[in-house]
Amino acid sequence: MIQVVLPAHLRTLARVDGDVKLEVQGEATQRSVLDALETKYPMLQGAIRDHVTQQRRPYIRFFACSEDLSHQSPDAPLPDQVVAGTEPFFIVGAIAGG
Amino acid sequence: MSKVRVLVGTRKGAFVLTSDGKREEWDVSGPHFGGWEIYHIKGSPADPNRLYASQCSGWFGQQVQRSDDGGGIWTPVGNKFVYDGIPGTHQWYDGTAHPWEFKRVWHFEPSLTDPDTVYAGVEDAALFRSSDGGQNWQELAGLRGHGSGPRWQPGAGGMCLHTVILDPTDPQRIFIAISAAGAFRTDDGGQTWQPINKGLYSQYIPDPTAEVGHCVHHVAMHRARPGVLFMQKHWDVMRSDNAGESWQEVSGNLPTDFGFVIDVHAHEPETIYVVPIKSDSEHFPPDAKLRVYRSKTGGNEWEPLTKGLPQSNCYVNVLRDAMAVDSLDECGVYFGTTGGQVYASANAGDSWTPIVRDLPAVLSVEVQTLA
Repeated sequence: MIQVVLPAHLRTLARVDGDVKLEVQGEATQRSVLDALETKYPMLQGAIRDHVTQQRRPYIRFFACSEDLSHQSPDAPLPDQVVAGTEPFFIVGAIAGG
Repeated sequence: MSKVRVLVGTRKGAFVLTSDGKREEWDVSGPHFGGWEIYHIKGSPADPNRLYASQCSGWFGQQVQRSDDGGGIWTPVGNKFVYDGIPGTHQWYDGTAHPWEFKRVWHFEPSLTDPDTVYAGVEDAALFRSSDGGQNWQELAGLRGHGSGPRWQPGAGGMCLHTVILDPTDPQRIFIAISAAGAFRTDDGGQTWQPINKGLYSQYIPDPTAEVGHCVHHVAMHRARPGVLFMQKHWDVMRSDNAGESWQEVSGNLPTDFGFVIDVHAHEPETIYVVPIKSDSEHFPPDAKLRVYRSKTGGNEWEPLTKGLPQSNCYVNVLRDAMAVDSLDECGVYFGTTGGQVYASANAGDSWTPIVRDLPAVLSVEVQTLA
Protein backbone atom coordinates (compact mmCIF):
# COMPACT_ATOMS: atom_id res chain seq x y z
CA MET A 1 0.00 0.00 0.00
CA ILE A 2 1.26 3.45 -0.88
CA GLN A 3 0.85 6.11 1.73
CA VAL A 4 -0.13 9.58 0.51
CA VAL A 5 -0.08 12.70 2.65
CA LEU A 6 -2.54 15.36 1.49
CA PRO A 7 -2.55 19.05 2.42
CA ALA A 8 -5.20 19.94 4.98
CA HIS A 9 -7.59 21.57 2.50
CA LEU A 10 -7.62 18.49 0.29
CA ARG A 11 -8.16 16.19 3.28
CA THR A 12 -11.21 18.27 4.12
CA LEU A 13 -12.40 18.20 0.53
CA ALA A 14 -11.97 14.43 0.30
CA ARG A 15 -13.39 13.96 3.79
CA VAL A 16 -10.48 11.90 5.06
CA ASP A 17 -8.74 11.99 8.41
CA GLY A 18 -5.00 11.51 8.33
CA ASP A 19 -3.06 9.90 5.53
CA VAL A 20 -4.49 8.01 2.57
CA LYS A 21 -3.43 4.47 1.69
CA LEU A 22 -3.73 3.39 -1.92
CA GLU A 23 -3.44 0.15 -3.84
CA VAL A 24 -1.73 1.06 -7.11
CA GLN A 25 -1.94 -1.21 -10.14
CA GLY A 26 1.30 -1.68 -12.08
CA GLU A 27 4.37 0.44 -11.58
CA ALA A 28 4.08 3.15 -8.93
CA THR A 29 4.67 6.52 -10.55
CA GLN A 30 3.32 10.00 -9.90
CA ARG A 31 0.75 9.41 -12.61
CA SER A 32 -0.41 5.99 -11.38
CA VAL A 33 -0.59 7.15 -7.76
CA LEU A 34 -2.58 10.26 -8.69
CA ASP A 35 -4.84 8.19 -10.95
CA ALA A 36 -5.56 5.85 -8.04
CA LEU A 37 -6.07 8.77 -5.67
CA GLU A 38 -8.53 10.50 -8.00
CA THR A 39 -10.39 7.26 -8.64
CA LYS A 40 -10.89 6.72 -4.92
CA TYR A 41 -11.64 10.40 -4.26
CA PRO A 42 -13.18 11.89 -7.42
CA MET A 43 -13.60 15.28 -5.79
CA LEU A 44 -9.81 15.68 -6.01
CA GLN A 45 -9.93 15.65 -9.81
CA GLY A 46 -8.77 19.06 -11.00
CA ALA A 47 -7.44 20.04 -7.57
CA ILE A 48 -3.95 18.56 -8.02
CA ARG A 49 -3.67 18.26 -11.80
CA ASP A 50 -5.35 20.26 -14.52
CA HIS A 51 -8.40 18.45 -15.85
CA VAL A 52 -7.35 18.69 -19.47
CA THR A 53 -3.55 18.82 -19.58
CA GLN A 54 -3.02 16.60 -16.51
CA GLN A 55 -0.19 18.97 -15.58
CA ARG A 56 0.55 19.54 -11.90
CA ARG A 57 -1.11 22.73 -10.70
CA PRO A 58 1.48 25.50 -10.27
CA TYR A 59 1.25 25.78 -6.46
CA ILE A 60 1.39 22.03 -5.85
CA ARG A 61 4.60 20.11 -5.16
CA PHE A 62 5.36 16.40 -4.77
CA PHE A 63 7.93 15.32 -2.17
CA ALA A 64 9.18 11.92 -1.03
CA CYS A 65 12.25 10.67 0.82
CA SER A 66 13.40 14.25 1.44
CA GLU A 67 13.47 15.00 -2.28
CA ASP A 68 11.39 17.28 -4.46
CA LEU A 69 9.97 15.07 -7.20
CA SER A 70 7.82 17.81 -8.70
CA HIS A 71 9.86 18.25 -11.84
CA GLN A 72 10.47 14.58 -12.53
CA SER A 73 8.57 12.84 -15.28
CA PRO A 74 5.10 11.81 -14.13
CA ASP A 75 5.97 8.35 -15.43
CA ALA A 76 9.25 7.98 -13.53
CA PRO A 77 9.17 5.22 -10.90
CA LEU A 78 8.72 6.43 -7.34
CA PRO A 79 11.43 5.64 -4.75
CA ASP A 80 11.49 2.07 -3.41
CA GLN A 81 10.57 3.21 0.11
CA VAL A 82 7.39 4.83 -1.22
CA VAL A 83 6.53 1.68 -3.14
CA ALA A 84 7.20 -0.40 -0.02
CA GLY A 85 4.97 1.88 2.04
CA THR A 86 7.71 2.82 4.47
CA GLU A 87 7.91 6.43 3.29
CA PRO A 88 4.92 8.59 2.28
CA PHE A 89 4.33 10.44 -0.97
CA PHE A 90 3.69 14.04 0.02
CA ILE A 91 1.35 16.31 -1.95
CA VAL A 92 2.18 19.79 -0.73
CA GLY A 93 0.54 23.15 -1.24
CA ALA A 94 3.16 25.87 -1.69
CA ILE A 95 3.67 28.18 1.26
CA ALA A 96 2.50 31.32 -0.48
CA GLY A 97 -0.31 33.79 -0.52
CA GLY A 98 -2.46 35.11 2.29
CA MET B 1 -43.86 32.96 9.60
CA SER B 2 -41.51 33.93 6.80
CA LYS B 3 -37.79 33.45 7.09
CA VAL B 4 -34.86 35.07 5.39
CA ARG B 5 -31.62 33.33 4.52
CA VAL B 6 -28.63 35.43 3.49
CA LEU B 7 -25.86 33.60 1.63
CA VAL B 8 -22.50 35.30 2.00
CA GLY B 9 -19.37 34.45 0.03
CA THR B 10 -16.08 35.76 1.40
CA ARG B 11 -12.35 35.58 0.73
CA LYS B 12 -12.03 32.86 3.37
CA GLY B 13 -15.25 30.89 3.41
CA ALA B 14 -19.03 30.95 3.19
CA PHE B 15 -21.50 32.06 5.82
CA VAL B 16 -25.24 31.49 6.06
CA LEU B 17 -27.22 34.10 8.03
CA THR B 18 -30.82 33.39 8.95
CA SER B 19 -33.59 35.34 10.59
CA ASP B 20 -37.35 35.40 10.87
CA GLY B 21 -39.43 37.92 8.97
CA LYS B 22 -38.71 40.65 11.49
CA ARG B 23 -35.05 40.53 10.51
CA GLU B 24 -33.89 41.68 13.92
CA GLU B 25 -32.18 38.61 15.39
CA TRP B 26 -29.76 36.69 13.20
CA ASP B 27 -28.16 33.28 13.42
CA VAL B 28 -24.75 33.06 11.77
CA SER B 29 -23.46 29.71 10.55
CA GLY B 30 -20.01 29.17 9.12
CA PRO B 31 -17.41 29.36 7.95
CA HIS B 32 -18.19 26.71 5.43
CA PHE B 33 -15.10 25.82 3.36
CA GLY B 34 -12.90 27.89 5.65
CA GLY B 35 -9.81 29.23 3.94
CA TRP B 36 -11.25 28.99 0.42
CA GLU B 37 -12.50 31.90 -1.66
CA ILE B 38 -16.24 31.67 -2.10
CA TYR B 39 -17.07 33.89 -5.04
CA HIS B 40 -20.79 33.22 -5.06
CA ILE B 41 -23.57 31.16 -3.49
CA LYS B 42 -27.08 31.13 -4.83
CA GLY B 43 -30.25 29.17 -4.19
CA SER B 44 -32.64 27.71 -6.71
CA PRO B 45 -35.93 29.62 -7.05
CA ALA B 46 -37.57 26.27 -7.81
CA ASP B 47 -36.23 24.59 -4.65
CA PRO B 48 -34.86 26.99 -2.04
CA ASN B 49 -32.97 24.21 -0.27
CA ARG B 50 -30.86 23.61 -3.38
CA LEU B 51 -27.81 25.87 -3.19
CA TYR B 52 -24.77 26.14 -5.43
CA ALA B 53 -21.46 27.55 -4.19
CA SER B 54 -18.33 28.50 -6.11
CA GLN B 55 -15.32 27.50 -4.03
CA CYS B 56 -11.84 28.20 -5.35
CA SER B 57 -8.23 28.70 -4.38
CA GLY B 58 -5.01 29.65 -6.05
CA TRP B 59 -3.56 26.32 -4.99
CA PHE B 60 -6.32 23.84 -5.70
CA GLY B 61 -8.42 25.50 -8.38
CA GLN B 62 -12.17 25.44 -8.74
CA GLN B 63 -14.64 23.36 -6.77
CA VAL B 64 -18.42 23.45 -7.01
CA GLN B 65 -20.35 22.64 -3.87
CA ARG B 66 -24.03 21.79 -3.77
CA SER B 67 -26.36 21.69 -0.80
CA ASP B 68 -29.79 20.07 -0.83
CA ASP B 69 -30.76 21.14 2.66
CA GLY B 70 -30.33 24.90 2.61
CA GLY B 71 -26.67 25.01 3.49
CA GLY B 72 -26.31 22.44 6.26
CA ILE B 73 -24.62 19.68 4.28
CA TRP B 74 -22.55 20.33 1.20
CA THR B 75 -21.36 17.91 -1.47
CA PRO B 76 -18.69 18.59 -4.08
CA VAL B 77 -20.05 18.14 -7.59
CA GLY B 78 -18.50 18.60 -11.04
CA ASN B 79 -15.67 21.07 -11.42
CA LYS B 80 -14.64 20.36 -15.01
CA PHE B 81 -15.12 23.52 -17.06
CA VAL B 82 -13.66 22.90 -20.49
CA TYR B 83 -14.15 25.40 -23.29
CA ASP B 84 -15.88 24.07 -26.34
CA GLY B 85 -13.53 23.31 -29.23
CA ILE B 86 -10.29 25.20 -29.65
CA PRO B 87 -10.60 28.09 -27.20
CA GLY B 88 -8.77 30.71 -29.28
CA THR B 89 -7.54 34.00 -27.88
CA HIS B 90 -8.78 37.25 -26.39
CA GLN B 91 -6.84 40.46 -25.78
CA TRP B 92 -4.49 40.68 -22.85
CA TYR B 93 -3.97 43.90 -20.87
CA ASP B 94 -1.24 45.00 -23.28
CA GLY B 95 -3.34 44.31 -26.34
CA THR B 96 -1.58 41.08 -27.31
CA ALA B 97 -3.50 37.89 -28.02
CA HIS B 98 -3.88 35.66 -24.97
CA PRO B 99 -5.31 32.15 -24.91
CA TRP B 100 -8.61 31.58 -23.16
CA GLU B 101 -7.87 29.94 -19.78
CA PHE B 102 -10.44 28.87 -17.22
CA LYS B 103 -9.74 30.42 -13.81
CA ARG B 104 -12.88 30.41 -11.66
CA VAL B 105 -16.65 30.63 -11.45
CA TRP B 106 -17.78 34.14 -10.57
CA HIS B 107 -21.53 33.64 -10.58
CA PHE B 108 -24.10 30.85 -10.47
CA GLU B 109 -27.60 31.49 -11.76
CA PRO B 110 -29.96 28.61 -11.06
CA SER B 111 -32.87 28.05 -13.44
CA LEU B 112 -36.14 29.66 -12.45
CA THR B 113 -37.98 26.35 -12.88
CA ASP B 114 -35.58 23.39 -12.56
CA PRO B 115 -33.32 22.95 -9.52
CA ASP B 116 -30.94 20.75 -11.51
CA THR B 117 -30.31 23.35 -14.17
CA VAL B 118 -27.83 26.09 -13.34
CA TYR B 119 -25.71 28.55 -15.31
CA ALA B 120 -22.14 29.45 -14.40
CA GLY B 121 -20.45 32.67 -15.45
CA VAL B 122 -16.71 32.12 -15.47
CA GLU B 123 -13.31 33.77 -15.93
CA ASP B 124 -11.97 33.80 -18.67
CA ALA B 125 -15.36 34.94 -19.81
CA ALA B 126 -17.74 32.22 -20.88
CA LEU B 127 -21.12 30.84 -19.90
CA PHE B 128 -21.57 27.20 -18.89
CA ARG B 129 -24.71 25.26 -18.07
CA SER B 130 -25.35 22.11 -16.09
CA SER B 131 -28.64 20.24 -16.33
CA ASP B 132 -27.76 17.53 -13.80
CA GLY B 133 -27.33 19.45 -10.58
CA GLY B 134 -23.80 20.59 -11.27
CA GLN B 135 -22.26 17.21 -12.06
CA ASN B 136 -21.41 18.05 -15.68
CA TRP B 137 -20.90 21.39 -17.39
CA GLN B 138 -21.23 22.36 -21.04
CA GLU B 139 -20.23 25.69 -22.50
CA LEU B 140 -22.80 27.77 -24.36
CA ALA B 141 -20.12 28.47 -26.90
CA GLY B 142 -22.18 30.78 -29.09
CA LEU B 143 -21.27 33.60 -26.72
CA ARG B 144 -17.53 33.34 -27.21
CA GLY B 145 -18.29 32.46 -30.79
CA HIS B 146 -19.65 35.94 -31.32
CA GLY B 147 -17.19 37.50 -33.69
CA SER B 148 -16.03 40.03 -31.15
CA GLY B 149 -14.47 37.45 -28.78
CA PRO B 150 -10.86 38.06 -29.86
CA ARG B 151 -11.34 41.76 -28.99
CA TRP B 152 -12.53 41.20 -25.42
CA GLN B 153 -10.06 42.11 -22.73
CA PRO B 154 -9.92 41.77 -18.95
CA GLY B 155 -10.87 44.41 -16.44
CA ALA B 156 -8.67 44.94 -13.40
CA GLY B 157 -10.29 41.97 -11.68
CA GLY B 158 -9.88 39.61 -14.62
CA MET B 159 -12.00 38.88 -17.67
CA CYS B 160 -15.00 37.65 -15.78
CA LEU B 161 -18.56 36.89 -16.80
CA HIS B 162 -20.16 38.12 -13.59
CA THR B 163 -23.81 38.74 -14.36
CA VAL B 164 -26.39 36.23 -15.61
CA ILE B 165 -30.06 37.26 -15.72
CA LEU B 166 -32.80 34.89 -16.83
CA ASP B 167 -35.93 36.43 -18.30
CA PRO B 168 -38.90 35.10 -16.28
CA THR B 169 -41.26 35.62 -19.20
CA ASP B 170 -39.11 34.13 -21.93
CA PRO B 171 -37.00 31.04 -21.20
CA GLN B 172 -35.02 31.62 -24.39
CA ARG B 173 -33.80 35.06 -23.31
CA ILE B 174 -30.71 35.48 -21.14
CA PHE B 175 -28.71 38.61 -20.37
CA ILE B 176 -25.05 38.42 -19.35
CA ALA B 177 -22.31 40.94 -18.67
CA ILE B 178 -18.54 40.72 -18.90
CA SER B 179 -15.82 42.95 -17.55
CA ALA B 180 -14.54 44.42 -19.82
CA ALA B 181 -16.45 43.35 -22.91
CA GLY B 182 -19.92 44.61 -22.08
CA ALA B 183 -23.44 43.22 -22.00
CA PHE B 184 -24.88 40.57 -24.31
CA ARG B 185 -28.28 38.99 -24.87
CA THR B 186 -29.47 35.74 -26.36
CA ASP B 187 -33.02 35.20 -27.58
CA ASP B 188 -32.57 31.57 -28.55
CA GLY B 189 -31.51 29.92 -25.32
CA GLY B 190 -27.83 30.64 -25.69
CA GLN B 191 -27.10 29.52 -29.25
CA THR B 192 -26.47 33.02 -30.59
CA TRP B 193 -25.75 36.28 -28.82
CA GLN B 194 -25.71 39.96 -29.63
CA PRO B 195 -23.87 42.75 -27.85
CA ILE B 196 -26.30 45.19 -26.21
CA ASN B 197 -24.04 48.15 -25.55
CA LYS B 198 -25.56 50.91 -27.67
CA GLY B 199 -25.61 54.12 -25.69
CA LEU B 200 -22.72 53.19 -23.43
CA TYR B 201 -19.86 55.68 -23.51
CA SER B 202 -16.47 54.68 -22.13
CA GLN B 203 -13.86 57.38 -22.52
CA TYR B 204 -11.06 55.01 -21.48
CA ILE B 205 -11.24 52.88 -24.65
CA PRO B 206 -10.05 53.91 -28.11
CA ASP B 207 -13.57 54.09 -29.49
CA PRO B 208 -15.77 55.25 -26.60
CA THR B 209 -18.92 53.96 -28.28
CA ALA B 210 -17.52 50.65 -29.53
CA GLU B 211 -19.75 47.63 -29.94
CA VAL B 212 -17.72 45.82 -27.23
CA GLY B 213 -15.03 46.77 -24.72
CA HIS B 214 -17.14 48.45 -22.03
CA CYS B 215 -16.41 47.62 -18.42
CA VAL B 216 -19.87 46.74 -17.19
CA HIS B 217 -19.78 46.10 -13.45
CA HIS B 218 -23.28 44.76 -12.83
CA VAL B 219 -26.79 44.66 -14.30
CA ALA B 220 -30.11 44.27 -12.47
CA MET B 221 -33.68 43.62 -13.54
CA HIS B 222 -37.07 43.52 -11.82
CA ARG B 223 -38.95 40.30 -12.46
CA ALA B 224 -42.16 42.15 -13.31
CA ARG B 225 -40.47 44.20 -16.04
CA PRO B 226 -37.90 42.05 -17.78
CA GLY B 227 -37.43 44.59 -20.56
CA VAL B 228 -36.11 47.22 -18.16
CA LEU B 229 -32.47 46.86 -17.16
CA PHE B 230 -30.31 48.91 -14.82
CA MET B 231 -26.53 48.92 -15.14
CA GLN B 232 -23.65 50.07 -13.00
CA LYS B 233 -20.86 50.59 -15.48
CA HIS B 234 -17.25 51.32 -14.46
CA TRP B 235 -18.39 54.91 -14.62
CA ASP B 236 -22.04 55.77 -15.27
CA VAL B 237 -25.29 54.33 -14.03
CA MET B 238 -27.36 53.37 -17.06
CA ARG B 239 -30.89 52.29 -17.87
CA SER B 240 -32.47 50.46 -20.77
CA ASP B 241 -36.20 50.27 -21.44
CA ASN B 242 -35.92 47.96 -24.44
CA ALA B 243 -34.06 44.89 -23.17
CA GLY B 244 -30.68 46.43 -23.81
CA GLU B 245 -31.23 47.64 -27.36
CA SER B 246 -30.18 51.08 -26.15
CA TRP B 247 -29.10 52.68 -22.88
CA GLN B 248 -29.46 56.11 -21.30
CA GLU B 249 -27.38 57.48 -18.46
CA VAL B 250 -29.28 58.02 -15.20
CA SER B 251 -26.38 58.92 -12.90
CA GLY B 252 -28.07 62.24 -12.09
CA ASN B 253 -26.98 63.74 -8.79
CA LEU B 254 -24.83 60.86 -7.53
CA PRO B 255 -21.61 62.06 -5.84
CA THR B 256 -19.69 59.76 -8.16
CA ASP B 257 -21.10 57.51 -10.83
CA PHE B 258 -18.47 54.82 -10.28
CA GLY B 259 -19.44 51.75 -8.30
CA PHE B 260 -20.01 48.04 -8.52
CA VAL B 261 -23.41 47.00 -7.19
CA ILE B 262 -26.87 47.87 -8.45
CA ASP B 263 -30.16 46.32 -7.44
CA VAL B 264 -33.91 46.85 -7.71
CA HIS B 265 -36.53 46.99 -4.94
CA ALA B 266 -38.57 43.77 -4.81
CA HIS B 267 -41.96 45.49 -5.18
CA GLU B 268 -41.19 48.85 -6.76
CA PRO B 269 -39.61 48.40 -10.19
CA GLU B 270 -38.58 52.06 -10.36
CA THR B 271 -36.76 52.00 -7.02
CA ILE B 272 -33.09 51.17 -7.44
CA TYR B 273 -29.99 51.13 -5.25
CA VAL B 274 -26.29 51.80 -5.85
CA VAL B 275 -23.26 52.37 -3.64
CA PRO B 276 -21.08 55.12 -5.12
CA ILE B 277 -17.37 54.44 -4.84
CA LYS B 278 -14.44 56.76 -5.47
CA SER B 279 -12.24 55.77 -8.34
CA ASP B 280 -10.21 55.13 -10.35
CA SER B 281 -7.69 53.79 -7.88
CA GLU B 282 -9.01 54.38 -4.38
CA HIS B 283 -12.12 52.20 -4.48
CA PHE B 284 -13.56 53.42 -1.21
CA PRO B 285 -16.60 55.59 -0.49
CA PRO B 286 -16.29 59.31 -1.25
CA ASP B 287 -15.65 61.44 1.85
CA ALA B 288 -15.12 58.19 3.81
CA LYS B 289 -18.91 57.96 4.26
CA LEU B 290 -20.64 54.71 3.43
CA ARG B 291 -23.82 55.72 1.65
CA VAL B 292 -26.32 53.69 -0.28
CA TYR B 293 -28.09 55.84 -2.83
CA ARG B 294 -31.70 55.14 -3.67
CA SER B 295 -33.67 56.42 -6.61
CA LYS B 296 -37.44 56.04 -6.60
CA THR B 297 -37.68 57.36 -10.12
CA GLY B 298 -35.65 54.76 -11.95
CA GLY B 299 -32.54 56.91 -11.82
CA ASN B 300 -31.43 60.54 -12.19
CA GLU B 301 -32.84 61.63 -8.81
CA TRP B 302 -30.96 59.97 -5.97
CA GLU B 303 -31.13 60.25 -2.17
CA PRO B 304 -28.38 59.15 0.20
CA LEU B 305 -29.32 56.51 2.77
CA THR B 306 -27.02 56.84 5.75
CA LYS B 307 -28.88 55.91 8.92
CA GLY B 308 -26.91 53.17 10.64
CA LEU B 309 -24.01 53.29 8.18
CA PRO B 310 -20.57 54.66 9.13
CA GLN B 311 -20.29 58.32 8.17
CA SER B 312 -16.62 58.85 8.95
CA ASN B 313 -13.35 57.00 8.46
CA CYS B 314 -14.92 54.34 6.26
CA TYR B 315 -12.69 52.90 3.54
CA VAL B 316 -14.42 49.69 2.47
CA ASN B 317 -15.65 48.68 -0.96
CA VAL B 318 -18.85 46.92 -1.97
CA LEU B 319 -18.16 44.44 -4.75
CA ARG B 320 -20.39 43.77 -7.73
CA ASP B 321 -22.31 40.73 -6.47
CA ALA B 322 -22.50 41.88 -2.87
CA MET B 323 -26.00 43.42 -2.77
CA ALA B 324 -29.38 41.67 -2.77
CA VAL B 325 -33.00 42.23 -1.77
CA ASP B 326 -35.58 40.02 -0.08
CA SER B 327 -39.23 39.91 -1.13
CA LEU B 328 -40.99 40.41 2.19
CA ASP B 329 -43.79 42.96 2.27
CA GLU B 330 -41.40 45.64 3.41
CA CYS B 331 -38.47 44.99 1.13
CA GLY B 332 -35.21 44.10 2.84
CA VAL B 333 -31.95 45.27 1.31
CA TYR B 334 -28.57 43.70 2.12
CA PHE B 335 -24.99 44.36 1.18
CA GLY B 336 -21.55 43.19 2.23
CA THR B 337 -18.26 45.07 2.35
CA THR B 338 -14.61 44.28 1.86
CA GLY B 339 -14.27 45.11 5.56
CA GLY B 340 -16.35 42.06 6.45
CA GLN B 341 -19.59 43.76 7.43
CA VAL B 342 -22.97 42.62 6.16
CA TYR B 343 -25.54 45.38 6.52
CA ALA B 344 -29.28 44.80 6.42
CA SER B 345 -32.18 47.16 6.07
CA ALA B 346 -35.67 45.86 6.86
CA ASN B 347 -37.28 49.05 5.59
CA ALA B 348 -36.14 49.39 2.01
CA GLY B 349 -32.99 51.24 2.94
CA ASP B 350 -34.32 53.86 5.35
CA SER B 351 -32.11 52.50 8.12
CA TRP B 352 -29.37 49.89 8.36
CA THR B 353 -27.99 47.49 10.93
CA PRO B 354 -24.91 45.29 10.65
CA ILE B 355 -25.85 41.60 10.85
CA VAL B 356 -22.17 40.76 11.29
CA ARG B 357 -19.17 43.07 11.44
CA ASP B 358 -16.02 41.03 11.20
CA LEU B 359 -16.22 38.45 8.44
CA PRO B 360 -13.43 38.10 5.87
CA ALA B 361 -13.81 40.44 2.90
CA VAL B 362 -17.25 39.89 1.41
CA LEU B 363 -17.36 38.89 -2.25
CA SER B 364 -21.06 38.18 -2.70
CA VAL B 365 -24.41 38.41 -0.97
CA GLU B 366 -27.60 36.65 -2.01
CA VAL B 367 -30.92 36.49 -0.19
CA GLN B 368 -33.64 33.88 -0.09
CA THR B 369 -37.11 34.68 1.22
CA LEU B 370 -38.53 31.46 2.65
CA ALA B 371 -42.14 30.64 3.43
